[in-house]
Amino acid sequence: MTIGLGHYLAVGAILFTLGTLGIFLNRKNIIIILMSVELILLAVNINLVAFSAFLGDIVGQVFTLLVLTVAAAEAAIGLAVLVVYYRNRGSIAVEDVNLMKG
Amino acid sequence: MILPALFFYLFAGVCVASAAMVISSRNPVHSVLFLILAFVNAAGLFILLGAEFIAMILIVVYVGAVAVLFLFVIMMLDVDFAELREGFLEYLPFGLVIAAIFLLELLLVVGGWTLNPTVTKSITAAIPGDVSNTEALGLVLYTKYIHYFQLAGMVLLVAMIGAIVLTLRHRASVKRQDINVQNARTPEMAMGVRQVASGQGLQDADSAEWVK
Repeated sequence: MTIGLGHYLAVGAILFTLGTLGIFLNRKNIIIILMSVELILLAVNINLVAFSAFLGDIVGQVFTLLVLTVAAAEAAIGLAVLVVYYRNRGSIAVEDVNLMKG
Repeated sequence: MILPALFFYLFAGVCVASAAMVISSRNPVHSVLFLILAFVNAAGLFILLGAEFIAMILIVVYVGAVAVLFLFVIMMLDVDFAELREGFLEYLPFGLVIAAIFLLELLLVVGGWTLNPTVTKSITAAIPGDVSNTEALGLVLYTKYIHYFQLAGMVLLVAMIGAIVLTLRHRASVKRQDINVQNARTPEMAMGVRQVASGQGLQDADSAEWVK
């Protein structure tokens, strides 16, 4: 019952798949799509930390910090855009976002 | 030996189950709460891996900041979320097929793959055995990877300025105190003398003239 690198990578793969599936299923709800993106980034973080721990290299954790920062910034900007969009249109449905289709 | 494996399966199982609830929950508030549960369990996995600092940062940043941000936005917007859920069942079979194929491919890659024995030669910064995880991270983060650290700071700064610029708005209907206008006000601007005809009052006077 030794937990190896493969176990953690499997958890990361499952989380990544659930994140992409969330984008497929909730195509109208931008908030759930943003949360799915957070799940995908969490899967990436799990992979980075697992490799860092099993290879004995701390650099993976340094990059995890960078990914964490980018994820937080992305959530903040995405939600700010969402609030502005709701103010202008009164809805957050994804299929209404077609003003720039030309 | 059995205890770490037990905790791994506990954390991993709850993490995956709550991730599934995030994308399938009816109520977005429940989705955010399940997202918090997923992140807390991922932090447990990180502690099992010996990355305590990342685990604590995950809880502070995600549960403390990002999840609360999501909650604020969901509760601030007056949106009919049931309407946004239409099409969920329509996309379900197709999405499940794609996700199953994708997961199968990923697991095949993870399962049929071994580390190159010479991989230890390419280690850039080995984890020192005699210091804590936080200290080991700080030893490389502030020296060798200082530019990454500052880049992360710049990303956060740009995100902060961007979010403020996007959401700040000046509403003309809200009255604000203007000290300069108040100080420049003279008695002539504030008062006027009218000759009122007997028995008529000031009904026909321009009311806007008095609100200076």
